[in-house]
Amino acid sequence: MSDAAATETQRLLTLFTDAGAAEIKTDILQPAETLLDIYGEDIRARAYVTADPLRGEMMLRPDFTVPIVQAHMAGGVDPARYAYAGKIFRKQELDDTRPIEYEQVGYEVFASDDPAQADAEVFALFAGAFDGLPVRAATGDLGILTAAVRGLKTSDARKSALMRHIWRPRRFLSLLKRFGSDAVPSAKRAAMLAADDPFAALSDVGVRSRAEVQARLDRLRDDAQTPPISTRELELIDAILSLRETAPHVLSALRDIALDLPPISAAVDTLARRLDALAARGIDVDALQFEGSFGRTTLEYYDGFVFGFSATHRPDLPPIATGGRYDALTSVLGRGRAIPAVGGAIRAELVAEIRVPS
Amino acid sequence: MIKLGVPSKGRLMDKTFEWFGAHGITLRKAGSEREYSGVVEGIDGVELVLLSAGEIPRELAAGRIHLGVTGSDLVREKVAAWEQRVDALAGLGFGGADLIIAVPEGWVDVETLDDLDAVAAAFRAEHGFRLRIATKYHRLVRDYLREHGVADYQLVDSQGATEGTVKNETAEAVADITSTGETLRANGLRILDAPVVHASQATLFKSRVATLNVEDRDVLVRLTAALGL
Repeated sequence: MSDAAATETQRLLTLFTDAGAAEIKTDILQPAETLLDIYGEDIRARAYVTADPLRGEMMLRPDFTVPIVQAHMAGGVDPARYAYAGKIFRKQELDDTRPIEYEQVGYEVFASDDPAQADAEVFALFAGAFDGLPVRAATGDLGILTAAVRGLKTSDARKSALMRHIWRPRRFLSLLKRFGSDAVPSAKRAAMLAADDPFAALSDVGVRSRAEVQARLDRLRDDAQTPPISTRELELIDAILSLRETAPHVLSALRDIALDLPPISAAVDTLARRLDALAARGIDVDALQFEGSFGRTTLEYYDGFVFGFSATHRPDLPPIATGGRYDALTSVLGRGRAIPAVGGAIRAELVAEIRVPS
Repeated sequence: MIKLGVPSKGRLMDKTFEWFGAHGITLRKAGSEREYSGVVEGIDGVELVLLSAGEIPRELAAGRIHLGVTGSDLVREKVAAWEQRVDALAGLGFGGADLIIAVPEGWVDVETLDDLDAVAAAFRAEHGFRLRIATKYHRLVRDYLREHGVADYQLVDSQGATEGTVKNETAEAVADITSTGETLRANGLRILDAPVVHASQATLFKSRVATLNVEDRDVLVRLTAALGL
C-alpha cells in the first residue's frame, strides 16, 4: 500500500470511529462454506480459495460485511456501529492490470429503531469523507422493486421465483417475460403433465425423491393455470427499473406509480423519509441522482437503500465506495434472528489516486 | 525452433499424426513405442514435443510451446481469458465430444435450464444444501450456469466415473463430456434440453505469448502455409 493510501485509510478510520463506531477486526481467512451459501458458486470465480487440512475450504476475505454481520449476530448490542480497515482479495480472471488485493475502510450500522435515519447517517458520513474530492454519488432503493414484486397480482410461487432473481437482471427479465405471457407449455411438457403415470418405467436414482418430483409436477400444473401478469403491471415494473433522475423527480414519479401499484406505497414513504433525513444532514437531495436499477449487479445482498460514489473525471476507475442496506443478510446469517443493517466500504487506494491528479 | 506439442499417446496422437501427414508433414515417435521424443519430417525448424493432452493448455499459456494440439474443452477450462493467451488456428475435425448437463431420467419435471434452476431452489429448501453437480469442468460449467441464470447449485469435483455419482448419491446431476450419451443412459441419466456447454474438438492452438525470433517467424509462416491455414 502506498503512503498516500495508508494516510487515507487512517483518515477514514478516524472519521468513522469519531462518528461513534467501534473498530472491529476480522480474520483474513474465512470459511468458504458461509460465503458459498450466500453468494453461490460464482464467488469461486472472484475469491481466492485455499484449503486447511482440518477446517476444509477457506477463502481469502472477499469482503468484510459477512464476517462483521456474523460477529455482530454472535453478541452485539442494538444499536451498534462498527468501523474496519484492511485488505480484501479478489481474483481477476480477465484483466491482469486490475488489483487483486486492495484496502477497504468501512462503516456498518446495526440499528432497529429508525432505518431512514441510519441510511442517511451512513450516506452523509461517506459524502462528508469525500468533501472536496471529484466524486459523484448515485443512489437507488431495492426496497421499491421488491415491494413491487411482492405486490404483483400473481401466484406466490411466481413472486418468489422473481424475488430469488432480483440480483440477476437478465434472468429476472426473462422470468417476468415468461410470467407475463400465456405460458404455453411445450407439447412434451403438456403431455407429461396430463399423463396418468409420467414416470412409466423410469428408474429412480439419487437423493431427490419421487415425492419431490411429484410435488414439483403439482406446482407446474398450478402454474399452467395461473393467468399471465398483466401488461399494465409489467409496464409499472419496467417504469421502476427505468427511473434515472434526481431524487425529488423520482419520488414524484414513484408516487404516480404507487397509484396504480399501491403495495409499493410503504416503500415510497420510506424513500421520502430517507430523503428528508438526508436533507436534515445537509445533503443536497435536489441534486442527488437516483437509479431504479442501481445496486442489482454488484453483490447480491443489498435489499433496500443502495449507494455508490465514483470519480467524476475517471470513468476508467471502479466505484470509489459502495454501500447499502442488507436486512435480509442478517436474517440468513442470524439463522432466523434479524436486525436491520446498513453500511458501506471505501477503497482507500482509489481515494488517494483521485486526490493527487496524475 | 518452433515447438509443437502433441498428445503423447492414443487415438488423439494417431489422428493428429494423420492430420499433419495429410498436409505433407510427417510426425512420429522416435525409436520405440514407449519413447516420448518425436521426429518431424517435411519441414525444418519444427520440434515435436509429446505431452499429456491435459498439460498442453498450460504449456501454451506459459509460452513454453509455440503450437499445440489438444481438446478445445481443455484450453477453455484450464486457461483463464484463453483468447488473450492462445489463438485457435484450426479445428482438426476429430476428438469431437459435447460438454453437457445431465439429470436423472426420473426427473420428468426437468427438461430445461429453467427447470434445473427452479429445482435447485426447491432442493436447497428441502435438503438444506445446494444441489450438487459433479464435473471436472468447473470454469466452463460455472460460466455457463451464470450466463443462464441458474443459482443455488454447487459444483463437486469428479475426475472420473462422473456418471456414477448420482447413483452413489454424491451428486444430483452431472456435467460431463459425451459423444454418444451411452454411458449416461446406462446410469439412468438424461441430457438436458439446452444448448451444449461446449462442443469440443481437437484443435491446433498457437500461443500468443511464446517468444519468436526471426527464424521462428519464418518457420511459422511456412508451416501454416503447408497446413493451409
